[in-house]
Amino acid sequence: MTATATAPARKTPAADAGRPLLEIRSLEKRFSLCGDFLEQLKFKGGRLVREQEYVHAINGVDLDIRRGEALCVVGESGCGKSTVARTVMGLLHPSGGEIRYDGTRIDDLSTKALMPYRRRMQMIFQNPYASLNPRMTIQQTLEEPIRLHHPDWSRQQVCDKVAEVMHAVGIAPDWGKRYGHEFSGGQRQRIAIARALAVDPEFIVADEPISALDVSIQAQVLNLLMDAQRERHLTYLFITHDLAVVEHFGTRVAVMYLGRVCEVAPTATLFATPRHPYTRALLSAIPRLEDDRPQHIRLKGEVPTPVNLPSGCVFHARCPHANARCREEVPALIATDGGARVACHAIEEGRLD
Amino acid sequence: MSTPNPAIESAPATGRWERFRDSYLLYSFKRDLVAQASLLIFVVLVAAAVLAPWLAPMNPYDLAQIDILASELPPFWIDGSESAYPMGTDAQGRDLLSTILYGARVSLIIGFGAVALQATLGVVCGLLAGYLGGRIDAFLMRLADIQLSFSTLMVAIVVGALVKAIFGGATFSTYAVPLLVLIIGLAEWPQYARTVRASVLAEKSKEYVDAARTMGLSSRRIMFRHILPNTLSPIFVISTVQVANAIISEAALSFLGLGMPETHPSLGSLIKSGFDYLQSGSWWITLIPGAVLVLLVLVINLLGDWLRDVLNPRLYKG
Repeated sequence: MTATATAPARKTPAADAGRPLLEIRSLEKRFSLCGDFLEQLKFKGGRLVREQEYVHAINGVDLDIRRGEALCVVGESGCGKSTVARTVMGLLHPSGGEIRYDGTRIDDLSTKALMPYRRRMQMIFQNPYASLNPRMTIQQTLEEPIRLHHPDWSRQQVCDKVAEVMHAVGIAPDWGKRYGHEFSGGQRQRIAIARALAVDPEFIVADEPISALDVSIQAQVLNLLMDAQRERHLTYLFITHDLAVVEHFGTRVAVMYLGRVCEVAPTATLFATPRHPYTRALLSAIPRLEDDRPQHIRLKGEVPTPVNLPSGCVFHARCPHANARCREEVPALIATDGGARVACHAIEEGRLD
Repeated sequence: MSTPNPAIESAPATGRWERFRDSYLLYSFKRDLVAQASLLIFVVLVAAAVLAPWLAPMNPYDLAQIDILASELPPFWIDGSESAYPMGTDAQGRDLLSTILYGARVSLIIGFGAVALQATLGVVCGLLAGYLGGRIDAFLMRLADIQLSFSTLMVAIVVGALVKAIFGGATFSTYAVPLLVLIIGLAEWPQYARTVRASVLAEKSKEYVDAARTMGLSSRRIMFRHILPNTLSPIFVISTVQVANAIISEAALSFLGLGMPETHPSLGSLIKSGFDYLQSGSWWITLIPGAVLVLLVLVINLLGDWLRDVLNPRLYKG
């Protein structure tokens, strides 16, 4: 599957197969740090100047998500992976760039025009304790999206659909009368998954869906997500910081650092031959039992603040292979062998294999 | 893994959530003597006020039943009283007990009516300001600031005086109850708006609101169906305090002569009408309605305090 084929006939799945389901192009999102206009005015050198500061959460992210795959996005806290997820779902408006779903640009659509896409893409949240409305029963929670997207359905049809998704995620139908707080974290996350599946989506954004769960429950929920993917032909954008989960779950992996993608590769390729210096450091940090692995790569310093971004490559200050070019020029994603794409000057120049 | 897991099948054994909350309410109610006494007195007072036409010995609004010769009779425990007037009579010869019952009715109607208006306005403004944010938030909250910078009584006095001056005292007397509800209701909405806004800001950042948004629900449905039910407990608590406040405001206005007319007295105007006779020895015309007013407001406030403690989300949400 390559992303190059541009099929004019949209409706047939075969023709669609060539094009990525979701295309993210040079996406940017910044959050203003200052309040209103008056708070932005400052005295500097005897003059009144208007000063605006931003947190640059994502700075030019390019990603393609292909039909039927699970694209995992990994990175440490604050690298912008959740912001990407929320921007894709329309919870945040991007400051720049565009998002295309099935060939249609969706980031600038009105709420009404977005409705058909709301049904096709759903989101699963990190904290199952906050993602269910405490004043609604499970039945009400699951019925709401169905009634919204299928206003012509009869009561019976809605109830049948609720029963079907409840069965699919392994929760008993008689739980419908209860409220969210009566369940454990794993059970709640199953309910949240059921809510996402209730409208038969084709694309699911999962923002760290298992990191708030007990370790014994994580595998169950992960398997549930994989079963759903197989049975319902789902495409996932899976945000996580757990590399073990990525190895188990992901078709491809995107590694993010400070709001940029530094490497995208098929899971096996990435874990076997990580290319980007940051990816190497990240993978070397996984605790392993065997002793013959290369030494743990220690990065020096801290992640720079996203308020004042470093010039050039965002990783240059901590990179052992950085040179003058890295400090000045922003590296673009370049294709390497094994279907991987890496944003690194050192690899492009052949300084690093 | 798609088959139900037996370990997960055994769901918690708690009953319905409302039942749980009710039982906790009941539990703490059973242990709180002040709350029990307050509720008892409140229920008795409200019942007496509601059933006034059947309970009261006479109808103080019916001029035919009033005997001017029986004016300023003292209550039953003082010499010179008459058994037909257990609480004595006022300066116009109205039975004080009946007048207090009818007056409490008027006070309660105005109190609850004003709070209903305040709550409606305040909840809508608070939800809009908190959920939509931005300019709407700034506009509504500056409006609330302006409203708060005037004291309730001052607004009420100005509006009441204007209405009286423009439409005349007779019109004012006819529409006194709805007018007072309107005045007190409009003057105190920021209390609700600010409380609701604060709760909405806290709820808005929770993921169930994001989930509702990704579903594609309209802002109105998210505000009223998802966020509002989760902000109800603070609304409930300030409502009890506000009812007491509204009754006090009405009494104060009536005392100043801008409230209920003396022909249809509330507790406040009854206190005012008796005030002129305080020096001449007929203290009961002022003090007995005053005591009833204090009791009514006190028990409402005590109930509100108790409710605030019980509905504290840290204690019951777990």
